Amino acid sequence: MTNHVVITGLGVTSPLGGDVASTWEAALAGRSGVNSLEHDWVEQYDAPVRFAGELAVPAAEVLSVPETRRMDPSAQYAVVAAREAWADAGSPELDPTRLATVVASGIGGVWTLLSQWDNYKEKGPRRVSPLTVPMLMPNAPSAQVSMLVGARAGAHTPVSACASGAEAIGYAAQIILSGRADVVLAGGTEAPIHPLPLAAFARMQALSTRNDDPQGASRPYDVTRDGFVMGEGAGIVVLERESHARARGAHIYARIAGFGITSDAADIAAPSPEGQERAMRAALAESELSASDIVHVNAHATSTPVGDMGEAGVIAKVLGDRAAVSATKSMTGHLLGGAGALETIFTVLALRDRKAPPTINVTQPEPDLPIDLVRDVPRDLPAGDVAAFNNGFGFGGHNASLIIASV
Amino acid sequence: MAHSEDEILAGLAEIVNEETGLPTDAVTTDKSFTEDLDIDSLTMMTVVSVAEEKFGVTIPDEEVKNLATVGDAVRYIAQAQS
Repeated sequence: MTNHVVITGLGVTSPLGGDVASTWEAALAGRSGVNSLEHDWVEQYDAPVRFAGELAVPAAEVLSVPETRRMDPSAQYAVVAAREAWADAGSPELDPTRLATVVASGIGGVWTLLSQWDNYKEKGPRRVSPLTVPMLMPNAPSAQVSMLVGARAGAHTPVSACASGAEAIGYAAQIILSGRADVVLAGGTEAPIHPLPLAAFARMQALSTRNDDPQGASRPYDVTRDGFVMGEGAGIVVLERESHARARGAHIYARIAGFGITSDAADIAAPSPEGQERAMRAALAESELSASDIVHVNAHATSTPVGDMGEAGVIAKVLGDRAAVSATKSMTGHLLGGAGALETIFTVLALRDRKAPPTINVTQPEPDLPIDLVRDVPRDLPAGDVAAFNNGFGFGGHNASLIIASV
Repeated sequence: MAHSEDEILAGLAEIVNEETGLPTDAVTTDKSFTEDLDIDSLTMMTVVSVAEEKFGVTIPDEEVKNLATVGDAVRYIAQAQS
């Protein structure tokens, strides 16, 4: 990517904080955003998993009543994050036909779909909200963000389960490189904390059931890990053609140096290290960097028994054991379609501050762990020109790897 | 328990406020939903849907287009509940 795509704005709402600064501060401090769920439905529906990473600042506290009534929570979170990202980029005045959005979701407006079905069953078809479809459709977050900033060069929605957020950012970079847009708001969002997704992921044996220790439940690479912890939230970045950003004097955080995307064509749920390795190698090839330039990896590492060690083997194979590897889902839980975006933002901030965030809750690391895991406290990263990976992998055999480089 | 026309107006103003963000005091009987309040058809269907539940009435879809002003809606609901 010699015609560089740079990052000029960041926005987040997450279990660790309502914005970028508070989220990053909590991550560096090694705090958990996971808590017991206090909703009535936990008891009412006998939820098998009774904890999750809910937003630190509920969207209703920062949005207007009409916004909360007209958008599914997944779109609400995307709008909260997009507002921050756009302001952070300086809310530039630009040609709307050169501005696009790529906002991903793993499962779309599941709250709206299920609550309107409840309305239908309890009160009949006339009680189904006329806004049901525009709220539940998975492209709604991207469309809402496009309306927020007036983006008219396309509003896209990659849907690739837990790879969605990383795929969105990679695809956004490709849109800029293709010449179709100069600026793209890109990222992912998810609002999955509802009894049905909790039960469904639990039935796959994908979720931790450590109900007696919510904050200690997400423990990637620990021998006692028993599944991921569901999280909610959104991350949005502003990507921009470097020449465009420099011409308007924008603050540049970092650049997108490479993007690799592959599909496994193997299993609808199980991950494939082979496909993950091809994604990482493709990103590295595109970046024209060498493995020794990569000082940090924000791993996908969800805390599942199978997934973590597969990815660790791939990282070791592609990069060796020198890069400082962080598994931030230990603190945030797994934001599904929002994960890759939040973690790209963590990766950008790690390069900015030269601090890899910690992985918490690892007391008994896998004995054969082939990577250099950052545990408990942040790790200083070297000065100079460096780069970092962010991986996102999803059910369906979707693998997305991004390389972020310092500028 | 029938609602008075004043109660219906106040209730409609609350619904419009929640759905659109317009201040409740902007919702008066002389206002046109489309011309004055800038309420599109989808939002109008939502307002009607919430109003039906709030006032315990049914407003058939083919009637909605006849409710040009807030006053039209207030009178329709008042009659429909009796």
